[in-house]
Amino acid sequence: MPLTKRIIPCLDVKNGRTVKGINFEQIRDAGDAVELASVYAEQGADELVFLDISATDEKRKTLLQLVTKVAAVINIPFTVGGGISSVDDVRVLLNAGADKISINTAAIKNPELISDIAKVFGTQCTVLAVDAKFENDSWKVFANGGRVATSLDVFEWIRQAIDLGAGEILLTSINHDGTKSGFANELIQQVESFSTVPVIASGGAGNMQHFADVFAAGADAALAASLFHYKEINIPDLKLFLKNQGVQVRL
Amino acid sequence: MKLAIIQYNAGNISSVESGLKRLGASAIFTNDPEEIIAADKIIFPGVGAAGVAMDYLKERKLDEVIKQCRQPFLGICLGMQLLCKFSSENNTTCLGIFNEQVKKFPVNLKVPQMGWNNIYNLQHPLFKNVEEDEYVYFVHSYYVEKSLHTIATANYGIEYSVALQKDNFYAVQFHPEKSGKTGEKILKNFIEL
Repeated sequence: MPLTKRIIPCLDVKNGRTVKGINFEQIRDAGDAVELASVYAEQGADELVFLDISATDEKRKTLLQLVTKVAAVINIPFTVGGGISSVDDVRVLLNAGADKISINTAAIKNPELISDIAKVFGTQCTVLAVDAKFENDSWKVFANGGRVATSLDVFEWIRQAIDLGAGEILLTSINHDGTKSGFANELIQQVESFSTVPVIASGGAGNMQHFADVFAAGADAALAASLFHYKEINIPDLKLFLKNQGVQVRL
Repeated sequence: MKLAIIQYNAGNISSVESGLKRLGASAIFTNDPEEIIAADKIIFPGVGAAGVAMDYLKERKLDEVIKQCRQPFLGICLGMQLLCKFSSENNTTCLGIFNEQVKKFPVNLKVPQMGWNNIYNLQHPLFKNVEEDEYVYFVHSYYVEKSLHTIATANYGIEYSVALQKDNFYAVQFHPEKSGKTGEKILKNFIEL
């Protein structure tokens, strides 16, 4: 059997405490991020992604504490990303209990970082996050949380990263992110046509059909944040919907 | 009961300990031969590459220690592959508890196999209360061929062994500590063997 399609809630963590993009007062700090993570695991999420948006060492310590707590509580794999720029950063996070790490801007600045991480810890825990934007008839890579344009072509960059040892691609379409109008299915389809590693589609989920559509486009996994946090869709309903559409999911 | 997790230089092994803790069991991490031999049960986890891992075990003579173990012994993921005879990963001679070979998945598949796959032909109390075709979490590029010792099977382009058993030695290719409730049942079954 092929692998099941994965549903991945994403928790944006700021300063190790605040969950970004969420108005719910009760899930504002890191402690409650752990609670949210365990609720998602209980509901049948296949994996979790934590993206940290902080820079200073002090703040990164709180991220570490969060990773440790999450690792103690949840029984599914999770990825940690945001600000990782060295093999040592990765080691610390994996030792704290993360299963995979994702890198983005640091890999754009220094592509060898991908192979350095993959050589030490394996390709299976080396996720490359790519923020892609369609502009002037081509998909370009953006750095620094989507704020800074680069000259990199998305497809070339992904090919290069896979050659260097990226074991999974977390691909966000900046054009689609936040629109709730569906994932960037054509982008996903194009990447899936050559990718030898799993691709996680991110950005644009607004309803359950959007997940079915992106899986039909070939995505191995689909990621969403606010849709789950705001309880617009709950995971058991989504999985049942997908199963009824003929998508193989873990129920 | 004294549970020992064999500590070696391979990736995230604390997740196994966390998994045991969630079941109310505690374990020690050790690479000390005496502590390993004295344990009631042993877990041999592993994320990493076969060659480096075997070098590490040999340097500390843990290869000989493992072969002497007579208590229930569970290899997980790379731990399973290291219990086999030979791995084509780095062309590594492994521990040889199981006579099987470890081979790379055919290249027309996405490798590593990373995600949830169903397991079937469950043939041992290790899978008590686990239904046929429940899903567990896999991360691996190499697989163990099917054999007489196979006690569970999966299919990823090819049918292969996802669990082996011989005497006191058990091995699973998936990560029970990351496989949700199904994984917890399997870890619990091992603890209760």
